[in-house]
Amino acid sequence: MPEEQIPPEIAALNYEQALTALEEVVTSLEREEHPLEEALALYARGQALLTHCRRLLAEAELKVQRLAGEDLAPFDADALAAPPTPGEAPPAEA
Amino acid sequence: MLFEDFFRPPVWSVSDLTRYLKDLVTSDPTLQELWVQGEVSNFKVASSGHAYFTLKDGRAQLPCVMWRPQVQRQQRHFLPRDGDAVEAHGFVGVYEAGGRYQFYADLLKPAGEGALYREFQRLKARLEAEGLFDESRKRPLPRFPRRIGVVTSATGAALRDILNTLRRRYPLAEVVLAPAVVQGEHAPPTLVAALQSLYAHHPDLIILARGGGSMEDLWAFNDERVVRAVAAAPVPVITGVGHQTDFTLVDFAADQRAPTPTAAAEMAVPHQDDLRLALRGLETRLQRAMVQDLTARRAALTRMELRLHRQAPLHRVFSQAQRLDELERRLHTAAKHLLALHQRRVQALSQRLAALNPLAILRRGYALLTTAEGQVVRSASAVHPGQRLHARLAEGGLKVVVEEASRDWG
Repeated sequence: MPEEQIPPEIAALNYEQALTALEEVVTSLEREEHPLEEALALYARGQALLTHCRRLLAEAELKVQRLAGEDLAPFDADALAAPPTPGEAPPAEA
Repeated sequence: MLFEDFFRPPVWSVSDLTRYLKDLVTSDPTLQELWVQGEVSNFKVASSGHAYFTLKDGRAQLPCVMWRPQVQRQQRHFLPRDGDAVEAHGFVGVYEAGGRYQFYADLLKPAGEGALYREFQRLKARLEAEGLFDESRKRPLPRFPRRIGVVTSATGAALRDILNTLRRRYPLAEVVLAPAVVQGEHAPPTLVAALQSLYAHHPDLIILARGGGSMEDLWAFNDERVVRAVAAAPVPVITGVGHQTDFTLVDFAADQRAPTPTAAAEMAVPHQDDLRLALRGLETRLQRAMVQDLTARRAALTRMELRLHRQAPLHRVFSQAQRLDELERRLHTAAKHLLALHQRRVQALSQRLAALNPLAILRRGYALLTTAEGQVVRSASAVHPGQRLHARLAEGGLKVVVEEASRDWG
């Protein structure tokens, strides 16, 4: 589904909110009787929520920041990404 | 033999004396099982696998030996280096060939560990009594943490493991790292400060972690200040300190305890593969629900359509037409019946009529006599001799004259 077909109110949801909304939509469609217009709108909304959830998962990149005093500063996690050692490496001091 | 020899005490052989000393030493229960503390020097493992070293303090030295099986076992935990302060467990014996007493060690521990352990137990009992470790205090972990606070060394393997695990499982999360010193006397206050500085940034949960190390290395995580700070955290805390078997007091105060930093990160977030699977399940349900909804609507529509047609005016017209057709059919049938009935009657009458035809009688040889006036002659007395009559036969006719009239047949 192309980007513009996801309504902005759905695009603004985080994963947890979108998933909760999706679960509600599915349950409602399964259990309740809606007027046709409403059922179709619910279905479209469910599809949009699904797409949004999938996209969030696919596009997510772990964002790492570090505390610098009271503030947050970007943290270069790649600097840590040495080849993983088997087991724990000896702990370094901060 | 000199005279003085008779007054001398008996002379011991070196072996006997050594044996005597050995017996003295081995019969003393104190010397047969004890802990001794000292600084290790000249620690060497010989090619035989036995280890030889000296324990010393400021004023004395004690030669020590550890046999190969104990050395092998010891290697798995802690092998001392020269200068290490250790506590050694074993017994005192006499090495006859070398002419010296020595300590036969079977277990070595870093000095102070025993004291640390007692301190650990004492503090644990006190905090436990206070209710700091109560199960009722444990909070559930959020299902989908958005922001995860991490308190650990900014340069350690623990941080790398945690970030790799979070990136692999749940890259939707955002990590806020609060770096801390994780070892040594400065560690407790920086751990507490790091933990508390995270609160302003509203993490959904906090991972407190450190890689493996000795009991002393992990000691900061038994510090009362740190344990209390973990217990007082406003959001759930997962600890991943040391290795599988290491337990520190923060583990008891935390909402969840993980055996390693990696395990703590795994515990903190769901796996995206599971999420994708769950999404597929929801997608199936969504489509099934819609299909069922539409199918039900179509069926309802069809039923409604049928009912509507039944009510339609045209249907009534058709219905009337059908009735007319029906009547027409009945009419035809009735007419056919009637016709047949009449035909049968006519037939019967016609047969009866045929039976009554006088001409048929004439064919049997009878003749019909009529007067000139056309009156049928039924009796002899109705005519007189000489009268002209007309005889009608089956074929043709005769003009006849009456010769005689008689009442009797001829």
